[in-house]
Amino acid sequence: MQPFEQIVTDYGPVVLRVCRAVLGPQEAEDAWSETFLSALKAYPDLPPDANVEAWLVTIAHRKAIDVTRAAARRPTPVETLPERPGRTGRPEDWDGDLWQVLRALPDRQRQAVAYHYLAGLPYKEIADLCGGSTDAARRAAADGIKTLRTTYPRPA
Amino acid sequence: MTASDPQTGRLFAALPVQDAPAMARLHERLVEQAQREGILDVAYRTLDTPVGRLLLAATGQGLVKVAYAVQDHDAVLRQLADSISPRILNAPARLDETSRQIEEYFAGRRTRFDLPLDWRLSKGFRREVLTHLCDIGYGHTESYAQVAAASGSPRAVRAVGTACATNPLPLVVPCHRVVRSDGSVGGYAGGPDAKHTLLTLEAVA
Repeated sequence: MQPFEQIVTDYGPVVLRVCRAVLGPQEAEDAWSETFLSALKAYPDLPPDANVEAWLVTIAHRKAIDVTRAAARRPTPVETLPERPGRTGRPEDWDGDLWQVLRALPDRQRQAVAYHYLAGLPYKEIADLCGGSTDAARRAAADGIKTLRTTYPRPA
Repeated sequence: MTASDPQTGRLFAALPVQDAPAMARLHERLVEQAQREGILDVAYRTLDTPVGRLLLAATGQGLVKVAYAVQDHDAVLRQLADSISPRILNAPARLDETSRQIEEYFAGRRTRFDLPLDWRLSKGFRREVLTHLCDIGYGHTESYAQVAAASGSPRAVRAVGTACATNPLPLVVPCHRVVRSDGSVGGYAGGPDAKHTLLTLEAVA
């Protein structure tokens, strides 16, 4: 079996990308941490032929839901934050414009886009994860991408 | 249309594929949380020394594995995953004291290691042999035959050789102090040059 360190090296970056696309810069790192801690716990029981990336995305999907709920319960002074995230320090300095466009997508579309285009999950597995049919997952991803193409990149 | 589709790739170009500072921060946080929850079964680090880069690995009980570069660190980590637990992370903090003592040893300022050891990778007669090796003092050597006699099985010279060759804790458990009866250094997990370097270091000090 691969040492878990290798799993972090091989899949950490793509899971972070997925978390950022699904949750935005503020919550992504919490979701990543919860995902890998949970994965480390369960790792010894992972079947040897398991698709590690799909397994991690499945955990990340659940953790993203937890993190979103926790954030919703937290009395955060959202109104006082600027409309666009800052470009320095934490939260991370990736393009705030992309997140603004992703955030505007329905959850299903944002998830389908991230899981398919960033993590390479087949639509069947996205359907298993998010509910609904394989066709619905395909449509959600296609609609999401279409909206992204028309609204981003926007002129600076 | 796939994730590698160039148009889609450009769409997500603003999301870095590799973000090294973020990964370093998240890795550190994972190690802390795993340590706190007691699920960091094996922590490891590497340490550069005069005998090359050493892999040091520790369980919660103590130092469990020392490996030379020629032993292939990736292969050793996979063996640890199979024989102990795959919950393995590069987590140097657990090996701070070990590293300090090894550095002192190579600086000639330490003649014995005082570290908690986890002996689980060595069993039976081999373990008896290795336990005896800790009694061979710094700068001294014994022959394989002498070690066999001291371990209570004077005819088990070959088995002593095997015990030394499979020592999971070379350097710290000093199998390098076991040499051939004719005075030649004999084999070593880290290669004959490493053994020669260690014996020379101890002879000079």
